[in-house]
Amino acid sequence: MRILADTWSYLSDPASWTGGGGMLALLVEQLLLSVTALVVAALIGLPVALALGHLGRGGFLAVNVSNVGRAVPTFALLAVLVTADWPGTATLGPYGRAGLATLIALTLFALPPIITNAYVAVREVPGDVVEAARGMGMTGWQVFTRAELPLALPLVVSGLRLALVQVWATATIAALVAGPGLGRVITDGFAANDYGKGIAGAVVVAVVALVLELLSALAQRLATPRQRQARGRTVSADAPRVENPAG
Amino acid sequence: MQEASGPTCYSQLRNDWFCWDYVVDRREELLDATTQHLAITLAALALAVLVALPLGLVARRYPRLESTVLGVSTGIYTIPSLALFPLFLPFTGLSATTVVLGLALYALTVLVRAVLDGLRSVPEDVREAARGLGHGPTRLLLGVELPLALPVLMAGLRVAAVSTVALTTVGTLVSYGGLGNLIAHGVARDFRAELLTASVLCVLLALLLDAVIVVAQRLLTPWTRGAPGAGS
Repeated sequence: MRILADTWSYLSDPASWTGGGGMLALLVEQLLLSVTALVVAALIGLPVALALGHLGRGGFLAVNVSNVGRAVPTFALLAVLVTADWPGTATLGPYGRAGLATLIALTLFALPPIITNAYVAVREVPGDVVEAARGMGMTGWQVFTRAELPLALPLVVSGLRLALVQVWATATIAALVAGPGLGRVITDGFAANDYGKGIAGAVVVAVVALVLELLSALAQRLATPRQRQARGRTVSADAPRVENPAG
Repeated sequence: MQEASGPTCYSQLRNDWFCWDYVVDRREELLDATTQHLAITLAALALAVLVALPLGLVARRYPRLESTVLGVSTGIYTIPSLALFPLFLPFTGLSATTVVLGLALYALTVLVRAVLDGLRSVPEDVREAARGLGHGPTRLLLGVELPLALPVLMAGLRVAAVSTVALTTVGTLVSYGGLGNLIAHGVARDFRAELLTASVLCVLLALLLDAVIVVAQRLLTPWTRGAPGAGS
C-alpha cells in the first residue's frame, strides 16, 4: 500500500513536525482552543445547570439542549460563523485564523453535554437524601454544597469529559472552513491529493483524542475515589450518559 | 437566471443569507445533494443496525466480550469524524463507501449500547414467566425480549439517526458529504444563501428522520402509549 508508506514517511519526517505550520505548532494551537472553549463553556454552563437542577426548574430546556446540539452539524455552524461579517475569519492571537469563530463554535457545542449532565446529575440525587439534609436544618445552599453537589459530581465530571471529546472533534472540523488547528494537515493533504499527509494528520488527531480520553478518565477516577465503593448505588459515571458521536 | 430586474438576492452584490430565488433556481442541485445525504445516512444506519443487533446479542452472552465491545466503542466515538474518514481511505478510496463505513461505526457505538441496555431493561420475572410457558431461547428473544427492549432500542436509534445526518456533512472531505458539499462550496465561494440553505435543510432532514422513527416506535410498541416516554 503506497498510501500507508507515504503516511509513514510524513509522520517520520521531522520537518512535518517543526516550524510555523508544523504539526507540533498546530497541535498546541488546537489544544489551546479546546481548553479555552471547555473552560468558558464550564463557567457558563455549570452554574446555570446546577442552579436549575437544585431548583428543579427548566428541565425541559436543560435536557433538550442536547437534542438540538446533536441535530445542528458542527460544520454548518462553523461555516455560518466564518462567512458572516462577524466574527468572520479574523485571526485571534494564538488561536490562529478564524480563531474567534472557532472558539464560539467550540463553546456552543461544549455546552449541551455539560448542561444536560449537570442538570440530570443534581436531579438524580435521591430525594430522601435531600429530605434528610433539610431535616437536619440545612439551608438551601448547604443542601446544595454538602449533599447534592458531592453526589452529583461523578456525572457532572462525565459531562465535562463528553464536552472535551466534542470540543476536540469540532476543533478538528474547523479546518474544513480553513480555520486553525491540526485538521489543517488533513484538509491540506486532501486538497493537494497528498493522501499520505492527510492520513498522517488523521492519525495524530485520533491518537491525541484517545490520549485525552484516557487522561480525562483517569482524572475522573482520581476526583471521585468514593465512587469505587459505592458503585451500583450512585449513578454510574463510567459510561458517558449522553451519547453523541462527536462532530 | 434572469438578468432583467437587477441583481438577484443571491448574486455576489447582495449575497443575502435567505434567498428564495436561490432555492427555486437551484432546486435540482439541492434535491441531488439532499438525496445523496439521505442515501448515505440511511445506508450507514442500516449497516449499523445489521451489525449492532448480533454484536449486542453475542456481547450479552459473554461478559468479557461486553466490556471489550463497550471499551472499543468508547474509543471509536472519541475519534473526530474528520480524522476517522481518512483512516478508511487506504482501503475504500475516495468513495461514498468511506463515508458510509465511518458513519456506520459511530452509529454502531450508540446502537450496541442501546441493544445491551434494552435487553437489560427486560424484567427478569418476565423472562422467567416466558421460560415457564415453554419458550425456547429463540422464541424468548424474538417474542418477548426484543419487543420489550424496543423502546430503549428506538431511543438509541433516534440518537444515532440525528447525529448521523449531522455528521454526513463532514463527508465533503472525500466529496461525498451530501448537503455538506454545498456548505463547503458556499464557504469557499462566500456564497451565503447556498451554505445557509444547505445547513437548514440538514437540520430539517434530521428532525424529519427523528419524527419518522418516533412514529414507527408508536406503531411498533402500542403498549407504551400513554406511559411516560422512554425517549432520551
